[in-house]
Amino acid sequence: MDFLRPARWEEALAAKAEHLTAVPIAGGTDVMVEINFDHRRPEYLLDLNRIGELGEWEVGEDTVRLGASVPYTRIMEHLRAELPGLALASHTVASPQIRNRGGVGGNLGTASPAGDAHPALLAAGAEVEVESVRGSRRIPIDEFYTGVKRNALAPDELIRAIHIKKADGPQQYSKVGTRNAMVIAVCAFGLALHPETRTIRTGIGSAAPTPIRAQAAEEFLNAALDEGGFWDNGKIITPSVAKQFADLCAAACNPIDDVRGTASYRRHAVGVMARRTLTWTWESYRGTEPTAFRKGSAA
Amino acid sequence: MGTTGTPTNLTQGSRTSGGIGESTLRPDGTLKVTGDFAYSSDMWHEDMLWGHILRSPVAHAEIVSIDTSEALAQPGVYAVMTYDDLPTDVRNYGLEIQDTPVLANGRVRHHGEPVAIVAADHPETARRAAAKIRVEYRELPVVTDEASATAPDAPVLHPGRADHHAPHVPHPNIVHRQPILRGDVAEARRRADVIVEGEYVFGMQDQAFLGPESGLAVPAEDGGVDLYIATQWLHADLRQIAPVLGLPEDKVRMTLAGVGGAFGGREDLSMQIHACLLALRTGKPVKIVYNRFESFFGHVHRHPARLYYEHGATRDGKLTHLKARIVLDGGAYASSSPAVVGNAASLGAGPYVVDNVDIEAVALYTNNPPCGAMRGFGAVQACFAYEAQMDKLAAKLGMDPVEFRQLNAMEQGSLMPTGQVVDSPAPVAELLRRVKAMPMPPERQWVTTEGADVRQLPGGLSNTTHGEGVVRGVGYAVGIKNVGFSEGFDDYSTARVRMEVVGGEPVATVHTAMAEVGQGGVTVHAQIARTELGVTQVTIQPADTQVGSAGSTSASRQTYVTGGAVKNACELVREKVLEIGRRKFGSSHPAWATAELLLEGGKVVTDGGEALADLADVLEGEAVEVEEVWRHRPTEPFDLRTGQGFGHVQYSFAAHRAVVEVDTELGLVKVIELACAQDVGKALNPLSVVGQIQGGTTQGLGMAVMEEIVVDPKTAKVRNPSFTDYLIPTILDTPTIPVDVLELADEHAPYGLRGVGEAPTLSSTPAVLAAIRAATGLALDRTPVRPEHLTGTA
Repeated sequence: MDFLRPARWEEALAAKAEHLTAVPIAGGTDVMVEINFDHRRPEYLLDLNRIGELGEWEVGEDTVRLGASVPYTRIMEHLRAELPGLALASHTVASPQIRNRGGVGGNLGTASPAGDAHPALLAAGAEVEVESVRGSRRIPIDEFYTGVKRNALAPDELIRAIHIKKADGPQQYSKVGTRNAMVIAVCAFGLALHPETRTIRTGIGSAAPTPIRAQAAEEFLNAALDEGGFWDNGKIITPSVAKQFADLCAAACNPIDDVRGTASYRRHAVGVMARRTLTWTWESYRGTEPTAFRKGSAA
Repeated sequence: MGTTGTPTNLTQGSRTSGGIGESTLRPDGTLKVTGDFAYSSDMWHEDMLWGHILRSPVAHAEIVSIDTSEALAQPGVYAVMTYDDLPTDVRNYGLEIQDTPVLANGRVRHHGEPVAIVAADHPETARRAAAKIRVEYRELPVVTDEASATAPDAPVLHPGRADHHAPHVPHPNIVHRQPILRGDVAEARRRADVIVEGEYVFGMQDQAFLGPESGLAVPAEDGGVDLYIATQWLHADLRQIAPVLGLPEDKVRMTLAGVGGAFGGREDLSMQIHACLLALRTGKPVKIVYNRFESFFGHVHRHPARLYYEHGATRDGKLTHLKARIVLDGGAYASSSPAVVGNAASLGAGPYVVDNVDIEAVALYTNNPPCGAMRGFGAVQACFAYEAQMDKLAAKLGMDPVEFRQLNAMEQGSLMPTGQVVDSPAPVAELLRRVKAMPMPPERQWVTTEGADVRQLPGGLSNTTHGEGVVRGVGYAVGIKNVGFSEGFDDYSTARVRMEVVGGEPVATVHTAMAEVGQGGVTVHAQIARTELGVTQVTIQPADTQVGSAGSTSASRQTYVTGGAVKNACELVREKVLEIGRRKFGSSHPAWATAELLLEGGKVVTDGGEALADLADVLEGEAVEVEEVWRHRPTEPFDLRTGQGFGHVQYSFAAHRAVVEVDTELGLVKVIELACAQDVGKALNPLSVVGQIQGGTTQGLGMAVMEEIVVDPKTAKVRNPSFTDYLIPTILDTPTIPVDVLELADEHAPYGLRGVGEAPTLSSTPAVLAAIRAATGLALDRTPVRPEHLTGTA
């Protein structure tokens, strides 16, 4: 195994172009696990840790440009207001040590359906900035996940940054695991209210071959909120609407039975999380609900 | 007793500082916390090779052929060995039954069974070479449970068994069967006003010690080998290793390396023989370190079990009878299955008085992973079942579950179902009273002025509830565990104690072969030596086979037995020291001849406290050394037909109260508090005692809500051999554990002490399950309980 250590982004792109099988590594929190388990023995590891810009972020007018290697800890500490859903998701990642190393670029590169960041990115709305020696492009998050642990990257491309829409309304994120910390998701759910466009977006993790949005649930709820004038009158969402939204979220899942949980449980749990996160975000939108304990957990 | 679990009011035992009864600090504690402790995996030797083991990818197969030529041809590879390369006719090992092949002999019986071993100059080279060994398997049907293992056409896993259990088992795939019969169950059943039945399932738990199996074998010039190894019992290893190598035991010199936890999982051999074989074959030191994945295949687990229980009681709440059948899955090899059967059967009625008992316990041979010793050893599985039964009975009788237990609790003088009289304190009712009397943790601790503190809620920072669906439940359980090896086993220990003057100061040196696996034995040995010999300075020699056996660090026995041996050797040393003193100074004071003399504070003193001489003066120019074997009182085997017999040397008891909060919609559980009361006879080191109780409690909590090795019932392959998917409690899963320690002396034991380490592991699991049942109203007949069991989505 050769270890490539480019000092600059352009060198990294060149190295990737030259060695298409090279596996990029930053925090190593996914890649090293795979190597330790002998699940992969890459010919080349492409170490991105010398490229400082990947660990930086910029808060723009409408979006945050998040460097691919910005550790989860930084997101929790610095971007709670702008990216509340992702900050909540970051807090559920493994342990403090791993959150100090791992970043969203790795989650996207691995593209595991269990990656903690995905539902938050799907709900917020995001674009993945990827680049190769051939040039740069932005992939909408909805088109990024193409299969189990597969993404829309070309073999010569690297993830440079993620452009995430700044929150214009409350966001929530829930994850079910079978222990209270340091656990891979059995399933996860992200929800973002977008009052500016009067829409809501969802994200579901670990309940389908890829991270997904619950499109039918979103359409149903967007229509229901619109028809009832909820965005303007701020009324409590009726239990039957919340239930139907939850049922549609559950129905969007296409889960499997595995050692971490049954398909039936995953579908059920996504429904519960959808209902609860809708309640929390909507109450927050109405301005009546005290936010959850940690700052920034709701807008 | 406070919320930190620090006990107060424990007796102080010694007038010499640092003696028994004090919470002296562990000599290895700071090193372990700071990362400076040398574990067995840290060892290194110049010119060292790395060993690697090729393991079976299937659970049951005939090995058609093995071709090692390509592996041997790899640069850097020094040796590849298979069954055919073993040096003697002794090619199996085992703690009790020698049924485990050192390397597979034409057949593999479980997923991960060792097939071949490789030594190379780099661990990666060894791994790659092992992958080039070509093994052709012809798969055989697997047996995975009682029905498949005892079916008429079931493949017999060990044909031609000649072990001493073979004659009395009903099927060759049953390792051992132990009935316990007492009274007249049929008659008692007719008298019962209520009868409850239950079928319970106990999952396969792993010891999950943090330091994986590892060791270093160094070939010696005399043709022998020096083995540095993390184990629980050096001499039992030696007895199994030496014959396979074809060496006399004195040419296999073993030294304990730093042990990163054990919990029973190091009682069987792992890589010991493999490392020695490769070292002797190559003439070079060989180190083997398992990774976590391999560790899951490299040691035995806790027996999963199915338990069928029927209890009866009268209207006023007295137990009439118990009929129980306990089926333990021993997996492919016997390990300590027979003794686990003996425990499950003899302790299967729990700490209750039941006059009419019909219990049968069996262990199966299957193609599942081999199971053997783990903290609680057969008593854990039974406790899960009988405690669920107690709650069912109490509910059916409309009684309080604690009062119902207290009404039936055994006490000193009660009869075990084995006919054994419990002849030391058995404060079962009192322990329950104490946990019940502890203050309840406040309700709804998650509510703050700023909203819900999710850390106080099920799911924690995963942010799954802000209080929705959360229901509190409270549950109780109590258990009984034997201490020490039972059923007539010659459970001795050896201690060598030396006393001399070093640098003008009296110093005691304690040498035993006791494996310090984290239990704190080395701390306690020094305390005993200070107490008995009145010295401050005590040197604990490294454990090795240059001294006699200390028995196993298991069965809650080391403080009792090796502690007893150290105490005994110290007493003999003291007599010799006093003889010297009388010889040197006897004429100087009449008390030398007339008074009861003690060693305290570096002096010889009378029992009235008068100092007669400095130990430094007495021992000037002299050294006293004693090596002596010590035994607890003997036990006897259980009758094979009736299970009657004085089988256990001592019993220990613990009770728990669990307070849980369950997110009933998502099926997530947060254990809020696990209060424990335990009688320890005498707390030699109160801080260590509380540590043991909190550790055992937490391991029981893991078994209640997360820990399980999942084996595919169709293939018998392990599905979660990693800490990613085999979950153990983190600090955020571990509740406050208030501990109430009783000290009711057992007059038969050194200092009156009672083994501590296992009892809390028993009652913790059923207490948590009872609390979850109380919160959800669900029956929950299996452990661990998973979210799908609480939400009807299994």
